[in-house]
Amino acid sequence: MKILCAVKRVVDYNVKIRVKTDQSGVETSNVKFSMNPFDEIAVEEAVRLKEAGTATEIVVVSIGPAQAQETLRTALAMGADRAILVQTDVETQPLAVAKVLKALVEKEAPGLVILGKQAIDDDCNQTGQMLAALLGWGQGTFASKVVPADGKVTVTREIDGGLETVELALPAVVTADLRLNEPRYASLPNIMKAKKKPLETVTPDSLGVDVTPRLTTLKVTEPAKRKAGVKVADVAALVDKLKNEARVI
Amino acid sequence: MANILVIAEHDNAALKPATLNAVTAAGKIGGDIHILVAGKGAQAAADAAAKVAGVAKVLLADDAAYEHQLPEDVAPLVVSLAKSGYGHVLAGATSMGKNLLPRVAALLDVAAISDITGVASADTFERPIYAGNAIATVQSSDAVKIITVRTTAFETAAAEGGSAAVETVAGAGAASLSRFVSAELTKSERPELTAARVVVSGGRGMQSGENFPLLEALADKLGAAVGASRAAVDAGFVPNDYQVGQTGKIVAPELYIAVGISGAIQHLAGMKDSKVIVAINKDEEAPIFQVADYGLVADLFKAVPELTAELDKR
Repeated sequence: MKILCAVKRVVDYNVKIRVKTDQSGVETSNVKFSMNPFDEIAVEEAVRLKEAGTATEIVVVSIGPAQAQETLRTALAMGADRAILVQTDVETQPLAVAKVLKALVEKEAPGLVILGKQAIDDDCNQTGQMLAALLGWGQGTFASKVVPADGKVTVTREIDGGLETVELALPAVVTADLRLNEPRYASLPNIMKAKKKPLETVTPDSLGVDVTPRLTTLKVTEPAKRKAGVKVADVAALVDKLKNEARVI
Repeated sequence: MANILVIAEHDNAALKPATLNAVTAAGKIGGDIHILVAGKGAQAAADAAAKVAGVAKVLLADDAAYEHQLPEDVAPLVVSLAKSGYGHVLAGATSMGKNLLPRVAALLDVAAISDITGVASADTFERPIYAGNAIATVQSSDAVKIITVRTTAFETAAAEGGSAAVETVAGAGAASLSRFVSAELTKSERPELTAARVVVSGGRGMQSGENFPLLEALADKLGAAVGASRAAVDAGFVPNDYQVGQTGKIVAPELYIAVGISGAIQHLAGMKDSKVIVAINKDEEAPIFQVADYGLVADLFKAVPELTAELDKR
C-alpha cells in the first residue's frame, strides 16, 4: 500500500509571533519556520507503517513557496521515499489544498492519506475532512491509533468525552492527533541521504487546480492584552483576594 | 434574509450545551434559526431543541444511519438541506463540529470558517489564529457560509422558552464508508470542562498521576472541573480529554487555577480568556505569571492542601 502524507511549512511552534502594524498579517520575515508538528506525527506514522511492512512507499507532498522544499527534505530524512512540491506563493487555504491533494491522489493512487489534524498557523482543522469529502472516502480524524488490515483501517479518535473507535473502508483519509506517536529525529546520515531522494516540483495549474483564496482576510489584529496581575504572599492572601476583590469564590 | 441551520450536537436523548452557544452565534447573524437533529431515536433531543429560545423550527432526521452521527453519513444530509435555501450552517467547534462541517463545506465547494469568536456581519467573522496570538477578520463571498463556533465566545441560549415546531426530514441513509466500533468515555462526577464555572488544572509540576487527587479535592470544594496541560497528559497523569490548549479544549471559566503549569503558548491559547487566572508555581519566572491575575510562588504540594483547607474554613 502506498501512503501519501501532506506536510506544511509553518512558523515554528516556539516563536512568539508579531502582528504587522499595518494589520495585513503576521510577521514572517526573519522568523524560524519548521514542519507543522501534527504533520511530523503523520509522517512518523507512515514511516512506522512502512517499517511494519504495511506500507510499501511513502510520498510526501507540500503546497507552498519554494522554501517548502526544506520541509519536504525533513520528511524524506524521517523516512519518506519521495516528495512532491506544489509550488505557489498564494496563501494556501484548506479548500484549495484539499483540491490539490485530490488531484495528486488521483495521480498517485495511495491506499491511505495521512495528514496532521490542524496547522498551528491558521488553526483551521479542515483540510483532511475536505479531502475525504472530495474523494468520497471515509475519514478518521484526530487519530490516536491507526491499524490498517484487510482492506480496512481501524482508527481510534480523540473526542470531547474520551475516545471513539471507527472502522473505515480503504482507501481513507486519516488526520493525526498529538497522541498518535512520538516523531523521530532525523539523523545526520539520513539527512544526507534525503538530499539524494527524488523531489518533483509541479504547479497548481499543471494539476488543473485554482488555488485562489476563497476567504478574504480583511485584517489581522492583536488580541486584547490582559493587564498585569499581582503576586500574593500566601494562601490566606490568595483566598482573600479571590473572595473580596475578584469575587469569584 | 436566508435562514440559518444549526447542527445539533446530542446523544440522541439530550442536547449538548455547544448547540446552545451556536444558536446564540446564529442570533447575531440574523435570520430564522432552524436546528437539525440527526440521530436514531432522537425525538427527545429534538423536543429539547424545540424549547430553545430563538429557534423557529427543528428538523428531525431519524434514521439508524445517524446513530453515531458519523460525518460520512450526516454530511450528505446537511448538504441537501443547505442547498434547499440556507445562507449559513453552524455548529459548535467541538470534536463533532470540527469533524463534520469541513466535509460539508467541501461537498458544497465553499470555504469553511473555523472556530469563530465574533460576528461582524452576515459575511464577516473574527477568528483566532496562531494559537490565539492574533485575531483574523475574514470575509466570505460564498453562497453558503459554513461555520464552527467557539463555544466559550458566545453565551448559551436559554434552553427553555422556545416553542418551535418539529418537522421530520428524510435522510439519505448510510454511505457505508465508515462504521462505529466503540466509544470509551471518561466518567466524571464533576462539571464538564468546557462548561465549568471554575477550572483547576495541573501540569508537569504535579509529578505523577497519583498527585492529581490533590487537585480533585480542591476542585470538589469549588465545584470545579479538572483540566491539564499537554505535559501532564503526555506523561500519562490524566486522560487526553483533560487537555486544555490550542489542540485540546478551549475554556473560559470565571476562575482558572493553573497548578504546576509553566504557561507555554499552546496552553495559554486554551485558557487566556478566563475571567480570573490564578497561578501556583514554585518558579517565579514561569510565563504563566504574565497572564495570571493572582500569582502565588510556592510549592504546590504545600499550597494546594492549604488552599483546600482554607476554603473549608470559610
